[in-house]
Amino acid sequence: MTAITQEINNPKTSVTASALRDPDWLKYGLIAVALSFIFLFLCLPLGLVVFQALSKGFGAFLSALSQADTLAAMKLTLLTALVTVPLNTVFGIAAAWSITRFEFKGKSFLTTLIDLPFSVSPVISGVIFVLLFGMQGAFGEWLSDHDIKIIFAVPGIVLATLFVTFPFVARQLIPLMQEMGCEEEEAALSLGASGWQMFFQITLPNIKWALLYGVLLCNARAMGEFGAVSVVSGHIRGLTNTLPLHVEVSYNDYDVVGAFASASILASLAIVTLILKTLLEWKQGTR
Amino acid sequence: MSIVLSNISKKFGQFSALDHIDLEIPEGELVALLGPSGCGKTTLLRIIAGLERPDDGKVLLSGEDKTDHDVRKRGIGFVFQHYALFRHMTVFDNVAFGLRVKPTKTRPSEAIIRKNVHDLLNLVQLDWLHDRFPDQLSGGQRQRIALARALAVEPKVLLLDEPFGALDASVRKELRLWLRHLHNELNVTTIFVTHDQEEAMEVASQIVVLNHGKIEQKGTPTQIYDEPKNDFVSQFIGHTNVFHLENDGDTWLKGSSIVLDNTDGITAHVRPHHIGVEKLDENASSPISLKDWQHLGATIRLELTNDEFKGTAKVIYAEMPSDQFKQSRLKKGDKVALFIRQAHWFNLEKPHVPEAATNF
Repeated sequence: MTAITQEINNPKTSVTASALRDPDWLKYGLIAVALSFIFLFLCLPLGLVVFQALSKGFGAFLSALSQADTLAAMKLTLLTALVTVPLNTVFGIAAAWSITRFEFKGKSFLTTLIDLPFSVSPVISGVIFVLLFGMQGAFGEWLSDHDIKIIFAVPGIVLATLFVTFPFVARQLIPLMQEMGCEEEEAALSLGASGWQMFFQITLPNIKWALLYGVLLCNARAMGEFGAVSVVSGHIRGLTNTLPLHVEVSYNDYDVVGAFASASILASLAIVTLILKTLLEWKQGTR
Repeated sequence: MSIVLSNISKKFGQFSALDHIDLEIPEGELVALLGPSGCGKTTLLRIIAGLERPDDGKVLLSGEDKTDHDVRKRGIGFVFQHYALFRHMTVFDNVAFGLRVKPTKTRPSEAIIRKNVHDLLNLVQLDWLHDRFPDQLSGGQRQRIALARALAVEPKVLLLDEPFGALDASVRKELRLWLRHLHNELNVTTIFVTHDQEEAMEVASQIVVLNHGKIEQKGTPTQIYDEPKNDFVSQFIGHTNVFHLENDGDTWLKGSSIVLDNTDGITAHVRPHHIGVEKLDENASSPISLKDWQHLGATIRLELTNDEFKGTAKVIYAEMPSDQFKQSRLKKGDKVALFIRQAHWFNLEKPHVPEAATNF
């Protein structure tokens, strides 16, 4: 009797539940496989990073982090992100805008080009810049005549990072702006708004969460990029080593605590990014 | 503000959306641009608004050439088909937008803005919704807010793109009359786009019928209905029986005693209510009988067939007031006599030669 009333009160859930019910062994088996996979390949390595960083005590960890080279690497990483993220935000908005709001020849080609940094191996991106600006490169002679250093210097690192992180913002915005259409923007113009008023009061509020999400991913990659930066940096300690490069150099020098201390900084950055990303997705979902 | 369009053409790739359109709209009119989908009516509206540039031709507003002015400088209010309300703003902020983006010199103070916006919201009877967001409103409410927003900048022309297209039938009926009354109150030149001939007849004071990028006819609803210029308009507006007297199915009409007031053409278009139907005796020799009938409220629609031409003759639709139908005691299968009181004649058999092509 009670079972029947329950079914009447709650017909949908009971129907789907009985229709889709799997045997318990399958359910718990699949959960166990997924969890152990996550533990083995995500939690264990991450825990190991922290464990190794603290293997000689908290003092050693702190002193490894406060070494001049480590601090310089952190500074360079921050500087690179500080330059590339705003630039790629502006580029990304401009690219998304031109692709979704205008009709022109070669539009699909441009869309493909934006994806290029995703499809090319980062090492190759680095090599491209060496071939362009290196001593034997296309502009090498002209650059050395004018005493401008790009390869094995900060500008090269910034350029390589810029290239690698270019698609993040544009990729987030293009599908969203395509889906939104331009009726609201046209409405703003018909009400007398100028182009800038339209952008800041109508377009930007509508794309802000996707934009933040793109900026966040762009930032994470800018700080974590290894391949392309490794080729153009030249690994000069205290000068052209970013944090990921510093991890490698320290590890090669058998400075385990130093390497893992720097790695733990990068790992915590990844965790912060993940948390922010989840928050943003949740925020996007509620709107 | 009067609107003059002269020689407007617009192509999208190879497709000719508008083909040398000339149109004059005097001040204060409520005009419907009516046509089937793809006839260019929305493109024409967007060209008047300045959201689209014509390839050729001029747009004159109040006698001034505004062809090269963009949408901001035309003094128009545009209501989009899907309303395009700013989704991140409240109803109040939506309506206030047009006033707040004005340059500092001409921008009214916040107190005046507040008063104007509340006045407008009262005009559309939705002031109680002022702090809601667009996604909390029903379709009809969004429509009225979009209208209030467009009116906030005191436009001299109001343009509406399929204003009732996305609404329920009952809400649509109500809003149609409301729009007409609002127009009487504000007396702003208003143009709206629709594919629904009933809607155009009910709301507009002038109807412009478009097809394939050309104007087929322009006139009052009465003119359009009673004196259609060509067979397209005649068939598009209201219901009509089409008789091609030279074609197999309809040749019997020529020899029959059914009265046609004149015969100056090959194709006759006859409105259902212009066909008189009279019940005959069982043994009368009429070939026409009542196949079926439907109750449409005040009128009854009769489906009539010619039994001699079974299979080839098509169904003729006639309408009569339901009171008359009751008195006549017509039943399915009854023999009837037909009287055609009025017909529109078109010479469709002769190929229609455009004027420009005759000069070679």
